[in-house]
Amino acid sequence: MAEEPRKIAFICSKGNLDMVYPALVMGWAALGNGIDVTIFFTFWGMDMINKARVDHLEIPPIANTSMKMNMMGIPGYIGIPQIFGIIPGMTAFASWLMKKKMKGLKVPPVREYLEMMVDGGAKLYACKMSVDMFDLKKEDFIPGVIDIVTASDFMDMTEGAQIVFI
Amino acid sequence: MPTKVIAGKEVQVNDEGYLTNPAEWTKEIAIEIAKEEGIELTEAHWKVIDFSRSAAASNGASPTLRTITDGSGVSTKELFGLFPKGPAKKVARISGLGKPEGCV
Repeated sequence: MAEEPRKIAFICSKGNLDMVYPALVMGWAALGNGIDVTIFFTFWGMDMINKARVDHLEIPPIANTSMKMNMMGIPGYIGIPQIFGIIPGMTAFASWLMKKKMKGLKVPPVREYLEMMVDGGAKLYACKMSVDMFDLKKEDFIPGVIDIVTASDFMDMTEGAQIVFI
Repeated sequence: MPTKVIAGKEVQVNDEGYLTNPAEWTKEIAIEIAKEEGIELTEAHWKVIDFSRSAAASNGASPTLRTITDGSGVSTKELFGLFPKGPAKKVARISGLGKPEGCV
């Protein structure tokens, strides 16, 4: 048991709901199994830790050809014509639907999920370059974000870790 | 199915050391497995174990960490403090249940 614990690091670069959950689900599973977890948020992934954005993450039906109408209870795999995706309210509708499905599975919303992970020992960091680009400050982030770090810092702190880019 | 003697009782276990029949579990077994994991069971640990056992008995599945924190009144922080480095597996093993079924 004295061996070095397994380490895993996620780089979250997307802010759409379908790209936000993978790191949360896998990271939580990792913590539950005693694996050390670090998450680095960059580019659009910073929406996950941005206080003003985290509760408003969305999923657009546009250019997502895997999203079929069976999610709305229509049998078979009938596609959503891409042109419908541009109708105002379609993204909000798809996001509402996904959040409802997640809630049905007892999956917590992103803000609460991250809180839970921080309580479980996950270490969260924001990417310096993205922070500068989006003109953000540490105060803009949810509690639990330890620091704003450079890519090089990230490389140092994840030595020996398995890295997953999302 | 391999068997193993824990706390003087012969029980069925799987390859990873989880009891396969929750009915064979006793409190003495829990204490013994906890010791193997380096945990001295306290009142707070028992709260988690008792909750997990009754949750598994009522819906047939080993509870996830989220189910435990939602239902037992033990917070995530406390849970990770009580069963450090991998509460999901540790709680299940000590409680004589299989691995949690579910991802949250």
